[in-house]
Amino acid sequence: MSDSNALVPSHDRGGALDLGGDSQDFVTANIGKQLFGIPVLTVQDVLGPQRITRIPLSPPEVAGSLNLRGRIVTAIDVRKRLGLRDKDDDDPGMSIVVDQGGELYSLMVDQVGEVLSVPKKAFEQNPATLDPRWREFSDGIFRLDKKLLVILDVTRLLDFTSSIKQAG
Amino acid sequence: MDDLLSEFLTETSESLSTLDVELVKLEQNPNDPDILSNIFRLVHTIKGTCGFLGLPRLEAVAHAGENVLGKIRDGELVVTPEAVTLVLESIDTIKYLLGELEQNEAEPDGNDAELIARLNHFADTGTMMGGAAPAAAPIEEPPIEEVSEGGAVDSDALQAAFDAAEVDPEFATSSEPETPAPAAAPPAAAKSKEVAPAKKPAEQKAEAPRGEAKESSVAAQTIRVNVELLENLMTLVSELVLTRNQLLQMVRGKDDSEFTVPLQRLSHITTDLQEGVMKTRMQPIGNAWAKLPRIVRDLALEMNKKIDLQMIGADTELDRQVLELIKDPLTHMVRNSADHGLEDIPGRRDAGKPETGTVTLNAYHEGGHIIIEISDDGRGLNLERIKAKAIANGLTTESELEGMADQQIQQFIFKAGFSTAEKVTSVSGRGVGMDVVRTNIEKIGGTVELKSVEGRGSTFIIKIPLTLAIVSALIVESGGERFAIPQISVLELVRASNNSEHSIERIHDTPVLRLRNRLLPLVTLKKILGLDTKEATDEGVDEEAFIVVAQVGTYSFGIIVDRVFDTEEIVVKPVAPILRDLSLFSGNTILGDGSVIMILDPNGIATRTGEITVGGSQGVEGKAKTDASDRETTSMLVFRAGGSEVRAVPLALVARLEEIDVENIEHSNGRPLVQYRGKLMPLVFIDGSYQMKAEGRQPTLVFQDRERTMGLVVDEIVDIVDDVLNVELTADQDGLVGSAVIDGKATDLIDAGYYLELAFSDWFGTEDNGGEKKRVLLIDDSPFFRNLLTPMLSVAGFRVTAVETAEQAMELKNRGQLFDAIISDIEMPGMNGFEFAEALQNDELWGEVPIIALSSHTSEEDFERGRQVGFSDYVAKFDRDALVSTLVQTLSNV
Repeated sequence: MSDSNALVPSHDRGGALDLGGDSQDFVTANIGKQLFGIPVLTVQDVLGPQRITRIPLSPPEVAGSLNLRGRIVTAIDVRKRLGLRDKDDDDPGMSIVVDQGGELYSLMVDQVGEVLSVPKKAFEQNPATLDPRWREFSDGIFRLDKKLLVILDVTRLLDFTSSIKQAG
Repeated sequence: MDDLLSEFLTETSESLSTLDVELVKLEQNPNDPDILSNIFRLVHTIKGTCGFLGLPRLEAVAHAGENVLGKIRDGELVVTPEAVTLVLESIDTIKYLLGELEQNEAEPDGNDAELIARLNHFADTGTMMGGAAPAAAPIEEPPIEEVSEGGAVDSDALQAAFDAAEVDPEFATSSEPETPAPAAAPPAAAKSKEVAPAKKPAEQKAEAPRGEAKESSVAAQTIRVNVELLENLMTLVSELVLTRNQLLQMVRGKDDSEFTVPLQRLSHITTDLQEGVMKTRMQPIGNAWAKLPRIVRDLALEMNKKIDLQMIGADTELDRQVLELIKDPLTHMVRNSADHGLEDIPGRRDAGKPETGTVTLNAYHEGGHIIIEISDDGRGLNLERIKAKAIANGLTTESELEGMADQQIQQFIFKAGFSTAEKVTSVSGRGVGMDVVRTNIEKIGGTVELKSVEGRGSTFIIKIPLTLAIVSALIVESGGERFAIPQISVLELVRASNNSEHSIERIHDTPVLRLRNRLLPLVTLKKILGLDTKEATDEGVDEEAFIVVAQVGTYSFGIIVDRVFDTEEIVVKPVAPILRDLSLFSGNTILGDGSVIMILDPNGIATRTGEITVGGSQGVEGKAKTDASDRETTSMLVFRAGGSEVRAVPLALVARLEEIDVENIEHSNGRPLVQYRGKLMPLVFIDGSYQMKAEGRQPTLVFQDRERTMGLVVDEIVDIVDDVLNVELTADQDGLVGSAVIDGKATDLIDAGYYLELAFSDWFGTEDNGGEKKRVLLIDDSPFFRNLLTPMLSVAGFRVTAVETAEQAMELKNRGQLFDAIISDIEMPGMNGFEFAEALQNDELWGEVPIIALSSHTSEEDFERGRQVGFSDYVAKFDRDALVSTLVQTLSNV
């Protein structure tokens, strides 16, 4: 994939290949005030606002589909997926494109931040008291200086069948 | 080189390299049934193909090898390194034979009796012939000579084996099973290639390298490209198109941009490139059928059957990848139909069927799928035998069978190892086939259905989703979103408003539309898609709405949309897995402007509206039935030309409706012409005094028969009406058949034949006059003539039944229908006119019926031959008056 649309400079992403034993790289994103991280190697692209086609009858978390350089990408509203309220402002937000089983998905977030390299020793399991919905989609937490970084499990985030089953 | 042969060579060498690997794998995992069935299938395919190509030596070796594998698969033999070695040896012999074939296009002399004997021996007893070592010794001698310069030759077989064990790794495996086999097998393969034929070492040396060189030469003629690469190219091209469109948009506003010219070139090149890349993926299904006629022919000879293979829709385009994957299943199925399905000649005679059995292949697009039907008119599936076999194979129990419908029982033939053929032939009957067919079809997301009536034949219906297929789609808007509807299921568009003749009415809250004296159920797209946010919009819809009339099977319904845009060629892409359960969509696509839109599935909509979807073939049958009924309705195209009165022509005669720009009309020899689809098309007018518009566009009816097209210029196309065609009076005027009441109005029925003759003086047509209500059977393979003659003969007062082939006519005969006269074409696919007449000569039912031959060839010999086989008369196709008078005369003689 070319990086022409990517907002994250490619050298940052190149740094992710340096898998030094004691740190991990994440693309960070903000939803509301919470900071999330997605393993940098799963990220294909970072997009600005896109024209999205609504898909009638689809699950509410599916915002629609968009055309990314000739490929059809399904846009997922991560806010809705996490059970958060819709955004108050009109800011169009940004998206992180990930590849899941050969299909591309665009995860819609409020803001995409920098790529962070975090020391592995800062890792924590999900607190037992975390909202069950969040616990399902979170791989764990990294303690940063001032914030907590919630690592998103992309596979589970995009697995709609299991959540349907749970609902049923 | 023969196409068939070279294709066979390419394919087989691919299979063989797979086989080598698979066999070694099998040796490591002797109990893996998947590997085993894969190997078995590959060998079976090689054998089957050899049989058809007339390669007995190759076939014999493959057959023997397959026997051993079959036993292993059935668990009668165990996989041992010896067994694998033996099979590898047979594969090497096959390779050697292939090399020779490629070089000389013929099998080399000699035979492989010795190898076959050993294979058969092993298959029967599970042991090597006379113990492993002695068995192998005779053929292993030459390489020993070669390798050790003749020093180690020993007449004692055992001694030879020991010697061989030192030099030849193959021997290590056969005499010492504990030696790791995988390492040994490949070198062994290389060796025995030279070894297998009993030839002098010097010759062998020369052969081997040549064989190898040739192998690559066949491969060089075509390039196999990874589909993924094509897919990437396609993606890149789509991107390029979008970028081009953006650029065009930017330049459009500026008149004298320096970019205009280069951009135009870029645009052309991009379009060509796009078409090229598309084409690399699309192929007519006929390519996969190309070798079937020969296969069927050879099979017919071998099995002593008469088989007619009909292929319909060979130009249906299919994605290359899909085509590759269904090629083998199709071959298998046609082979099965011809071998198991059709009875032999005595069998057919006993069953009261014509001697020639028919296998029909029919491919078409339907509702966003490609449907391929393979049907035969043979014996059908024997339910009892399937039941017995299913129980014997432990697939089910008797009590379970009790509760199953016939249809369910028939599905057992898709299980692995299931064959109801009583004996194993070289063609089929080993129980590979149907399970392979199903696996391959399901691999590409398709389904295969089976319908069979015992004694009447079987039909397999393969339905392949149109992933990647390019379809033409109508773009509509509803609730602010755009959707694509596959054009194939769109019948027509109706604009409804309160002021026009079409308005939406309501029964309770259900909207319906009166359309040509029928009530059409309507669905509101907005509602079923859940886009209907306001309750009040219902009222708005009534004011003015567009209705897309769609057809699914035999069920037609209207879809109310807000707006209708153009049609576009779209590349269908499957939807993301998380959206797969939305049955209303069959895929999504990217439009020319770069936006993503969803493709509606009319099938899904029909299901949603409560109508159970009907399978395609049932629909066709249903249609065929109504067509055959006495009160046959005909679709008529109603138009106006030169005057206010309405005229009509049977729609079936009209190939297309076009609008021709008056500016494009050229003249040659004083006659107007237009360039149309790369050819010159003559234009004719309704009468001599007709005046064309001075400028603008002129609607034109395009008539087509085989290669020729003709355009009839009209003022206005009024409607298409389905009505019982009842011509009331014969007009004397040239170019008119008569008048008929169509849709309640008196309408002049034009004589298309007259205009065709105006355009091409040699475009034959025929007409009748006078006579009482006699029944005439018309047999002509050209739909054009059928459609031309039917109305004309009915004008002349005959009751005409038209069929396409002599076989269909025989069917009518078998059903006991009676006719006063038969008009038959001579040149027809399948049974021709002569054969047909001959078949009727001594028939008790139809033997006395006069038959008039219709042909474009009328030589003295033809007349003579015609009389001999029982034709009452012979009329040239272009002699319309003669046909009428002959018909009248013949009937008055009776």
